[in-house]
Amino acid sequence: MHRYILKRLLMLIPVLLGVSLTVFALLYFSPGDVVDSIVAQGGVYSEEDAAQLREEFGLNKPFFIQYLSYIKGIVLHFDFGTSYLTKRSVTAEILDRFPTTVLLAVLGIGIAFAIGVPAGILSATRQYSMFDNIVTPISLLGVSMPGFWFGLMLIILFSVKLEWLPASGFYGPKYWILPALTIGFSAAAFIMRMTRSSMLEVIRQDYIRTARAKGQSERIIITKHALKNALIPIITSTGLQFGFMLGGSILAESVFAISGLGKLILDGIKARNYPVVQGGILFIAFVFSFVNLLVDVIYAYADPQIKSQYVRKRRRDK
Amino acid sequence: MRKGNGEKRKDGLWTDAAKRFRKNKLAMAGLVMLAILILCALFANYIAPFHYDEQNLPAAFESPSLRHLMGTDNLGRDIFSRIIYGTRTSLSIALVAVLVATLAGGLMGAVAAFYGGVLDNVIMRFLDVFLAIPSTLLAIAIAAVLGPGVTNTVLAITIGQLPGLARIVRATVLSIKGEEYIRAARSIGAGNMRIIGLHILPNAMAPIIVQATLYVASAILSISSLSFIGLGIQPPTPEWGSMLSAGRAYIRDYWFIVAFPGLAIMATIFAFNLIGDGLRDALDPRLKN
Repeated sequence: MHRYILKRLLMLIPVLLGVSLTVFALLYFSPGDVVDSIVAQGGVYSEEDAAQLREEFGLNKPFFIQYLSYIKGIVLHFDFGTSYLTKRSVTAEILDRFPTTVLLAVLGIGIAFAIGVPAGILSATRQYSMFDNIVTPISLLGVSMPGFWFGLMLIILFSVKLEWLPASGFYGPKYWILPALTIGFSAAAFIMRMTRSSMLEVIRQDYIRTARAKGQSERIIITKHALKNALIPIITSTGLQFGFMLGGSILAESVFAISGLGKLILDGIKARNYPVVQGGILFIAFVFSFVNLLVDVIYAYADPQIKSQYVRKRRRDK
Repeated sequence: MRKGNGEKRKDGLWTDAAKRFRKNKLAMAGLVMLAILILCALFANYIAPFHYDEQNLPAAFESPSLRHLMGTDNLGRDIFSRIIYGTRTSLSIALVAVLVATLAGGLMGAVAAFYGGVLDNVIMRFLDVFLAIPSTLLAIAIAAVLGPGVTNTVLAITIGQLPGLARIVRATVLSIKGEEYIRAARSIGAGNMRIIGLHILPNAMAPIIVQATLYVASAILSISSLSFIGLGIQPPTPEWGSMLSAGRAYIRDYWFIVAFPGLAIMATIFAFNLIGDGLRDALDPRLKN
């Protein structure tokens, strides 16, 4: 198992190198640079000043020189460059923002899991019941709803009309509720659909009929026999959603004015502050791939069949 | 299996699937919704009571009424008309983007699966790089580099969706490649082209169509997300996401400015999800009991 994890971690290196090269190339060849936007904002007036700034930022060196020095900085000093605007290191900027994004994602996935899994189990075990007939269409609406719009609607209801909760910022539990609901709701719908279809498939299996035949209580059949076997798709969808939340809460962060990682990248894009954008995307790619790896590892613990593929064939007696 | 003596021919996959699809109420509802949306897109200039860019400042921020079904925005433009015109933008961009992504991604995935070996490795490792970035973020990054506008948005969405579609097509072709009828075809001397065109493609079609439909739904979401953060379609082109982003400033007093464009996005995505789910159930009878 350890060997497998190690191998997967090593396989991340070429992928991340590829991501860095792609992002670097994309931004390098895009029209305009940070100096243009500083000029546009009236920060620099003369051509010489602009040229000097480019020199200072190393923007007039050839592509591969720039890229290699970028990679060298990351590998040797864990240095992702310096933000053009704040003059702080990108690593520090990212690490400043990351806890906020993680907190938001954890809250969001917590809500999603707490609603999605029980709702999915209930509607699968009571297929075509009233509960199922109400919840299943709602879940389809939930996955169809743009999260950022749901956030705006929550603001209208809870901040503007009822004045219960703040509409922006991220300073305490009161501020967390609406953003967490915003990203949690559609994820809950997604997890619910996965749980439902996975449970439905398992419930029809012979071993469930066997358990019923031997007189096992329905509760234990559902929790011990069915849920355990239906777990893999549930883990996948939860992991996938968590990965998206860690890297893709850009819109929720923008709606609620939360200074998380997504907003950092978005602001960086707008100001052409490319070191921040590169570092941010690279960091998110790392986190995203890492969460995927984690999901694969959890699989092995949830499913002995999968584990046996990795634990080398010493004992494969079933 | 019908017991008949060969007189009554069994329906083919597609006829059979169409029958099952027609019986599925939710899927048919989705199809009706999509038909309405397409009509709105095609005949926007006849259906919409106002032109999308017709400003009437004295009539700004009017609440929904018979004259303005969904109210008016900060420039006094009729929101209902803008939403109708918006179907054009969203549907055309989403359909073109998914079509291109399916063709290009499908080709990459199919080639990788069919030929395997080094080619497979090269293509898939290349796609892994893009799959390591969440697709929304990828589309945002590409849109940021290309700049706003319709063509660039199409491109950003296409690139954002291509890797996922390629992976799906690869998995589909890979599973078909292992089937016995492919081996049978090979054993009677069929060439690669014949096997791909006559045996693999028709059999891979069903799952790919299902996925492509669901990808249209996610493309609609991406378009509005990009426009919402200011990277996609620019005003005055009517687009639901940019309507939301322009209306955000007035959210305290005028709920209808942001409520209706979002409902339009949701209804469109909902329609494609219903159809996609319906197609999946219809084309893969094993899933339904």
